[in-house]
Amino acid sequence: MPRPSNRSLLDRFNNSADALGLIFMLPAASILLVFLTYPLGLGLWLGLTDTKIGRPGVFIGLANYESLFKDSVFWMSVFNTMGYTAVASVFKFMLGLILALLLNQNIALKSFMRAILLLPWIVPTTLSAIAFWWMYDSQFSIISWALMKAGLISTNIDFLGNSWNARLSVVAANIWRGIPFVAISLLAGLQTISPSLYEAATIDGATRWQNFRYITYPLLTPIIAIVMTFSVLFTFTDFQLIYVITRGGPVNATHLMATLSFQRAIPGGQLAEGAAIAMAMVPFLVAAILISFFGLQRRAWQQGSKD
Amino acid sequence: MASVSIEGAQKQFGRTRVIRGISIEIDDGEFCVLVGPSGCGKSTLLRMIAGLEEISGGNIRIGGNVVNDMPPKERDIAMVFQNYALYPHMTVHDNMAFSLELAKREKAFIEERVNKAADILGLNDLLQRFPRQLSGGQRQRVAMGRAIVRDPQVFLFDEPLSNLDANLRVQMRTEIKALHQRLKTTSIYVTHDQIEAMTMADKIVVLRDGIVEQIGAPLEIYDNPANQFVAGFIGSPSMNFLPGTLRRRDGAARVDFDGGISLPAPANSTGEDGQKVFYGTRPEHIELATGTDGVPAEVLVVEPTGANTEVFSTIAGVEIIAVFQERHEFKPGLAIRLKPDANRAHLFDAGSGARLAA
Repeated sequence: MPRPSNRSLLDRFNNSADALGLIFMLPAASILLVFLTYPLGLGLWLGLTDTKIGRPGVFIGLANYESLFKDSVFWMSVFNTMGYTAVASVFKFMLGLILALLLNQNIALKSFMRAILLLPWIVPTTLSAIAFWWMYDSQFSIISWALMKAGLISTNIDFLGNSWNARLSVVAANIWRGIPFVAISLLAGLQTISPSLYEAATIDGATRWQNFRYITYPLLTPIIAIVMTFSVLFTFTDFQLIYVITRGGPVNATHLMATLSFQRAIPGGQLAEGAAIAMAMVPFLVAAILISFFGLQRRAWQQGSKD
Repeated sequence: MASVSIEGAQKQFGRTRVIRGISIEIDDGEFCVLVGPSGCGKSTLLRMIAGLEEISGGNIRIGGNVVNDMPPKERDIAMVFQNYALYPHMTVHDNMAFSLELAKREKAFIEERVNKAADILGLNDLLQRFPRQLSGGQRQRVAMGRAIVRDPQVFLFDEPLSNLDANLRVQMRTEIKALHQRLKTTSIYVTHDQIEAMTMADKIVVLRDGIVEQIGAPLEIYDNPANQFVAGFIGSPSMNFLPGTLRRRDGAARVDFDGGISLPAPANSTGEDGQKVFYGTRPEHIELATGTDGVPAEVLVVEPTGANTEVFSTIAGVEIIAVFQERHEFKPGLAIRLKPDANRAHLFDAGSGARLAA
């Protein structure tokens, strides 16, 4: 029997999964449009004008970006941001993974230790940043004091007065702050791995290292991809730690793109230039998201008809 | 292949004694089933043999060597887990090859072993699939394949069929038994299902609360249970137990029940006059009686299974099951007379549960 081909447009619309899908997406899409697209669009527009605080600007095309291109402070902030993100993420991953593996063992006071681990994450960032600022003080640093008492150094370390010291110091603070997120997330991932897999592997002759290499690590990769994507995004857009500890100093040596953008836009009054710096972060973030998009795709072994 | 001998094995978790001195001799090539209710320690004992649990006391020998402090991989055993424990990120082939890869065997050797196991288990077409893409029965076969490729001294099975549906369970039961008949590798099989134990075992070990209740061949345990627990655990539907009092008068022994009814005691039974006992009779050893034969019973429920008819009734207020090969359509409440086969009935001491037999 031939199929009826004279169905009305409405009929076809009602029976089309694509059309229904579009309709169902509308509410969510409109919320996203209002609350995400508008601020982003405004930022993009501001970056193309010469707006200053107290003065509405006019469209000047890519002039802001041209001047940024020649601005060595901007390029230093790009360099800082990338270095900050790369170094901090690598350490957060390695230390977080080690901590997660330790906490996944049957250790004494297990749940207490897990709660303790979360502390750096639940303390307000500004508060821990102030603590670090004090620990990094050029005269009263507890780190310098301890090292001097131990006889390892003879003078105070100038943590925040020297460019490289300052960079390493803020990276250390960021690592300290970011480890709990990585460790707890990876711990959750570790707990989804059935203990009987380790038992089977042990009977198959695997050593502890081979258990990690051939069972734990491959089964954890989907979680690692998600956690590290978030970690990289958080680190790349970090603002609070830098702003409280160094304000971008000494002499802009620790400015990240986020802090430089704020510095220029609000205290500096150059709203348009600040917006342009912020927009310059977008290509990097999109790249990070694309990398994670491919990293997050379901692996062949995760697919199948049932669990 | 090797014999396994367990000598006074003990296991404690903290202060809880899970295995309280178990001794079992398993011969080379034997299929031994450890059976018991949940919590009896059967899985723990198997894991002690595998080396996944430490041994708190006693010795375990595999092929004559004490393996107490040997890591699992040196014990030359392979284990099939209840949830299969297949590596989800490896193909069927890689799952089976994993142990040989770890042992750094030659590639050709590994392929030969894996292909041979796949042949035996009919997995040839599935070698490149991942565990998620397999059905329950196929996963079960892969788990066995992983054990077979290692050609171990002993196979250990930890309730391998309990995750399968009823039909598949019966089918895999036969497959495992056929596999054992083909490979003749010593096997230790843990289950809580007494039917699996009866059908597969050369030797059954009935465990309860960390001790051995009885060891023997399936039919030996079925015919001569050592005590009331074993009698009730082995056999389906379970043996009926009627509480009563043993009476010895004029050289004849009878058991009196409530309500003034009595049955002759089994021929070889021991026990003293006036002793409180349980009269045990299997559902399939009860027949319908007429006249003054047997004892009166009142029908509760009739369940036809097709092959048999299971009749639930009460004798002196105690519920009992009788299985008949003939078809009966009794109405609930009907008064009938049942006669247990005195030659195949058992008496158990009401206190200790021990069987009263010479």
